[in-house]
Amino acid sequence: MTDGNNEKTAAGAETVISRVLQAGVFVSALIILIGLVMYLASGKSGYPGASFPSDPAAVIQGLFALKPYAVMLFGLFLLILTPVLRVGISIIIFIIEKDRLYTVITAIVFTILIISFLLGKAQ
Amino acid sequence: MIQNDLCIFFISAAAGLLGSVLGLGGAIIVTPALTLLFGIDIRYAIGASIVSVIATSSGAAVAYIRDGITNIRIGMFLEIATTAGAIAGAFLSGLIDAAYLYLIFGAILLYSAANMLRKVKTEFHCAAAHPAAAKLRLNGSYFDSTLGGRVDYNVAGVYEGFGIMCAAGVVSGLLGIGSGVFKVAAMDAVMKLPLKVSSATSNFMIGVTAAASAGIYFLRGDIDPSIAAPVALGVLAGAAAGTRIMRRLKSATIRLMFIPVLAYVSIQMILKGLKVI
Repeated sequence: MTDGNNEKTAAGAETVISRVLQAGVFVSALIILIGLVMYLASGKSGYPGASFPSDPAAVIQGLFALKPYAVMLFGLFLLILTPVLRVGISIIIFIIEKDRLYTVITAIVFTILIISFLLGKAQ
Repeated sequence: MIQNDLCIFFISAAAGLLGSVLGLGGAIIVTPALTLLFGIDIRYAIGASIVSVIATSSGAAVAYIRDGITNIRIGMFLEIATTAGAIAGAFLSGLIDAAYLYLIFGAILLYSAANMLRKVKTEFHCAAAHPAAAKLRLNGSYFDSTLGGRVDYNVAGVYEGFGIMCAAGVVSGLLGIGSGVFKVAAMDAVMKLPLKVSSATSNFMIGVTAAASAGIYFLRGDIDPSIAAPVALGVLAGAAAGTRIMRRLKSATIRLMFIPVLAYVSIQMILKGLKVI
């Protein structure tokens, strides 16, 4: 009886997680490609020399100014965030499916990820 | 400029293809290719490699989860160990001499390569489930298209596997190695998962471990868009192709492909430990 329930739960979670990853990969790849085409077509990065921004705020600013490097970096940033988003969404799915054990497990992973981001920023 | 980008794109596609089939991030191809063939600064090569790990992981996971090959429960459970280990590794990096770690882990990997070689023809392990596997609902099944049927499997060595994943996380935090090989080897040898499940689940996990450090690399300015962009696109294309190929391969074939990669990485680690390279 419980086995059947488990399979149903896992299948539902799997579909949503797969969709989230697919959306993240598609959107970020599209933005990276647009930026790369802009860069190769114009031959300009939008920044002096070989420099590029690393601060998210500066990347967003450059994105609105349609600077090719900023567009590429924004796409790369979204790509990096995709696994984090995947973990975050999984928590919500497990909560909805009332799977307490895996809600806790996923929340622990998410917390550790956030801690590592904060530690990295502090470094 | 375009020719260079195209070359990087195709090499990255090869890395994404191999990585998605074997459950690795492809950094073992991307880093040396960028530094040796293109003369790119190691700092930016590592930054691009981290992006390649995430691209392989997310790109391949889309297909493997949809096909039900990935065991997301095992992945989520073991991610606690790999992410916590990675943080510990980052902290330990000032305290421990990396040379010993390279030697120890190189030796372990070489041993697992030899072990794999002995059971190279094995399609599946037959294992009794670990008591904790039932509690955590880790035992699973997947549809194997080469065998034309569902394969049920039990998960052995849950605690040992968790411990090894912790060590794999520490190693990736310390040595900056994606540790995909460790994950696959441990899931195969200790947890006795079918190799396709090990590969797909490793793929699922490496993105999360890499994302934690990728954020740091990004803020530090190590991710150069002119290098990382063609790498990301190439890897994504390669991973999409790789998932189609992996579906048609037998576990024994994947194992056969995995052994030389495992041997290569272990010898490289031992040589680094001995400070030969």
